[in-house]
Amino acid sequence: MITGKRHGGSVILLTFIAALLLTVMPLPDWARYLRPDWVGLVLIYWCMALPDRVGVTTGWFMGLLVDLLTGTVLGQHALSLTVVAYLTLKFHQRLRLFPVMQQALTILVLLILHQLLALWISRIIGRPSAPWYFWMPSLLGMLIWPLVYSTLRGMRRGFRVS
Amino acid sequence: MLVAFSAVLMVMDHKYKSLESVRDTLSVLVYPIQLSVELPRSISDWFSESLATRRELQEEVDSLRTQQIIQKTQMQKLAALEVENIRLRELLDSSFEIGERVLVAELMSVNLDPYKHQIVINRGELHNVYPGQPLLDANGVMGQIVHAGPYTSTAILITDTSHAIPIQVNRNGLRSIALGSGAINRLDLPYIPNSADIKPGDLLTTSGLGGRFPPGYPVATVETVEHDPGNAFAKVIATPLAHLNSSREVLLVWLNTAATVESTDNIPVEELIDDTETPDSSAGEAGDNSNPATDTAADTQ
Repeated sequence: MITGKRHGGSVILLTFIAALLLTVMPLPDWARYLRPDWVGLVLIYWCMALPDRVGVTTGWFMGLLVDLLTGTVLGQHALSLTVVAYLTLKFHQRLRLFPVMQQALTILVLLILHQLLALWISRIIGRPSAPWYFWMPSLLGMLIWPLVYSTLRGMRRGFRVS
Repeated sequence: MLVAFSAVLMVMDHKYKSLESVRDTLSVLVYPIQLSVELPRSISDWFSESLATRRELQEEVDSLRTQQIIQKTQMQKLAALEVENIRLRELLDSSFEIGERVLVAELMSVNLDPYKHQIVINRGELHNVYPGQPLLDANGVMGQIVHAGPYTSTAILITDTSHAIPIQVNRNGLRSIALGSGAINRLDLPYIPNSADIKPGDLLTTSGLGGRFPPGYPVATVETVEHDPGNAFAKVIATPLAHLNSSREVLLVWLNTAATVESTDNIPVEELIDDTETPDSSAGEAGDNSNPATDTAADTQ
């Protein structure tokens, strides 16, 4: 994709596909509840780095794919990832200036919001309440954010995605 | 705007179930992802199969052969019992259908939402899978299909909190409903009166009353029964018989397809049903018919 100033779209696509793969990859039983929200993390990174290319629409579409993959109500992840993408776009300039640790804290807030929306929706449609470890994915997402950030930044610079 | 759109989408999907076709079409989109997640497992399976030594294979064949002989003898008895059962039911003027069509499917190693008990299997509408279809494994009832895509389908397990299955106690025919508890090894039976005759160890089978599950398949065994005088109902907990979290091969069952059987396993049973169903169901003729029926039973073995 070498069309003027916008290129590297395939790299963005690949990272999203990798995130989707990680979302449904089989894990041992004890680790099933600890899976970080890969799609959310990748989405936040690209919204922050390239707000003019990846935005609310991408978030909605990826959310729909997650819904299809994980068998949740169509639109649940679409809604919450749309909100996450919107907030990231809103604050992307501030987020870029934060040191990585402070970024991670902001990410924690975004991920918890994402899960909270999911929880509300599942309560509305009559699923039972969640145990305490329901929130672990957000915490893990915060802990691995520096890793995700440096990997994706390396990829963005290596492949000159802009 | 997208938020509103997702809200509409959710309402339509959850309340009106009108998005089934959309979900089916879009599920083709995620099929490659499911397949590539499956890939490492299938490769390792293929390797371990092709690298197995001759002796290992020999041993496996031997053990399978003995197993088959044992099961064949059990089947002989079963066929005779089935004929007898059909004859007795004809005497009572009640219908009973045995011999459902089955298809073996395999679980795809794809993890879904961990708070919902759902699985993905590698058969879909192209194999005539339909929503609501019962799913069994070698030990008992597993669940039913909720979405059937073209190549894959999603099934809900009997332990999911939104699932209920009509059951009866095998010992005395006491009917009730078993609800999923959300724990993979537990079913709750909340509607058993305190005075009902049920005790730990009882086998629970499907009653066939809901019209979804064929009658007579084992579901669970009763684990504990607690009588609390303050409550109208006893607290009964049962353990599912199917290996819900470890089965790899599952069976899909088609109901009421006695006439259109494709599976070769069921053919002897079908012949027996045809023989016994042709005469009228009046008591005298059914009695006359008993001899030819038992003759064919002997023939098929």
